[in-house]
Amino acid sequence: MFVRFLIARILAAFAVVLGVVCLVFFLLHLVPGDPVEVMLGESARPADKLALERALGLDQPLHVQLGRYLTSLSRFDLGTSLYSKRPIRDLLLERLPATVELGVTALVAALLLAVPLGILAAVKKGTAWDAGAMGIALFGVSIPNFWMGPMLILVGALWLGWFPVSGREGVTSLVLPALTLGTALAAILSRMIRSAMLEVMNEDFMRTARGKGLAERTVILRHGLRNVLLPVITLVGLQLGALLSGAVITETVFSWPGIGSLVVEAIHRRDYPVVQATVLCISASYVMLNVLTDLAYAWIDPRVRTGAQP
Amino acid sequence: MMHIRISLGVILLWALVALLAPVLPLSPNTIDLPQILVSGNPDEWLGYDDLGRPVFDRLLTGARTSFLVAVAVVGISLIVGSLLGTVGAYAGGWLDLVLVRVMDVFLAFPGILLAIALAGVMGPGIDNVVIALSVVSWVGYARLARAQVLSMKERDHVHAAVAIGAAPLHIVARHLLPLISAPLIVEASFGLASVVIGEAGLSFLGLGVQPPAASWGSMIRDGARYMLVAPHMVIAPGLALMAVVLSVNVLGDRLRDWLDVKSPVKGEGEKTP
Repeated sequence: MFVRFLIARILAAFAVVLGVVCLVFFLLHLVPGDPVEVMLGESARPADKLALERALGLDQPLHVQLGRYLTSLSRFDLGTSLYSKRPIRDLLLERLPATVELGVTALVAALLLAVPLGILAAVKKGTAWDAGAMGIALFGVSIPNFWMGPMLILVGALWLGWFPVSGREGVTSLVLPALTLGTALAAILSRMIRSAMLEVMNEDFMRTARGKGLAERTVILRHGLRNVLLPVITLVGLQLGALLSGAVITETVFSWPGIGSLVVEAIHRRDYPVVQATVLCISASYVMLNVLTDLAYAWIDPRVRTGAQP
Repeated sequence: MMHIRISLGVILLWALVALLAPVLPLSPNTIDLPQILVSGNPDEWLGYDDLGRPVFDRLLTGARTSFLVAVAVVGISLIVGSLLGTVGAYAGGWLDLVLVRVMDVFLAFPGILLAIALAGVMGPGIDNVVIALSVVSWVGYARLARAQVLSMKERDHVHAAVAIGAAPLHIVARHLLPLISAPLIVEASFGLASVVIGEAGLSFLGLGVQPPAASWGSMIRDGARYMLVAPHMVIAPGLALMAVVLSVNVLGDRLRDWLDVKSPVKGEGEKTP
């Protein structure tokens, strides 16, 4: 049963990734603007333009280009960077660890902030604690990370001098970017944990747990929090995409050598093959993470995989 | 109630400044060399930027950029999205199937990433920002409109309208759109906040308005280089941006409660005691 669910889910994800490949391809090829002209400048000689066009395969009809692109993708060949003349696959593999490190740290930081905040707000519903926690959360969703980052640099690096301004050297350099990236997720999560927790608090099993004399702490953490896990996992899965695209800006702010800053560098250098490959790579990982979320969901809640009514 | 009024005030001020910016006596591009990086003082509250331009004047013209982009993007994507979603759900069949597949692919993207890539390929400029953000935004409204119409189109009053021979267009316009408008309006109000952040984000990356035009995002980017000597260059546009986004979010929350739209997060499994 679980294997069938697994296979169906993976096949569907594969179809979506294929759609994403085509969409990225067509959008980047159909938008107004001639990449060759942008790369060489308007005053370039026609012969040079033609040569570059041929080198990039842009003189072929669109469907031939797409066919070539798909064929090379199936061999895990993402093309060559126009700027550094290196295989894009190598560039991505070089940058990937930094992004994963930043993303995982931001996720952990978000959970560490959101779980206590959400529980506190739910348990003390209607009090100043609740209003305060939700006020913090509202600020959290409203601060864009391209402002949060510079402000944290100003306070944490320039004024206090506790953390480096930018770059990736040692654990301290991870603190400010992870906080920047994790804030929005923490804010969304804490609001969600609060409302899910409030719902669970009225359940019969919570009354039973209290009735048999368990400490309030045990009731909340063992019986309440566990039942909140499911929506939390779904939301984390859905928000990972936002985390990945937030990484583009956060990495740029902190000169963090990850995939996100690679996209921005490639855009500014007019290195279109790298832009295309990187967007594809981030979108594909997003789809994959969503599949993993679904699987985790099915693993935690057997009702999901058997299709039984919850 | 207090914070609702403040939020409303902020939004009105934002809109007013945006619309009046061309006629106000502002000089956002006047360079005053001796004033380079001078911080706020009684004569010029918010000080001057790295080229000696008054930050306050640039802040107000930046409000215009963000307002115009936000209104245009939300307008375009709301109209296109709800139109596609409604038509797909009402027509059904292969049209709906194609729409659902296309939406699936768009939803598989982290939105702002696609906008960044599109804006990057199209080159900087305010019209390209609008295009890039609209390409990403329409799908949310389409999905919502489709789900709403699907749940409404089997209602009795729709069947009755079909029975008396009303044209499909009439049914959609008179019997369906009024019913599905509330959730769409709530979605649009939150959409406004994300477009404001999106525009500023693109401008921050240098993909938005072209210099010397001002955007809050490009002001933050320019200021980030001089943060130690002139933090006011970063703080002012950031506070403006946050005030607008925070106010839009507060009002969106209020609007949702007022129009009684179920939040996607809570209210899913409310049980009878």
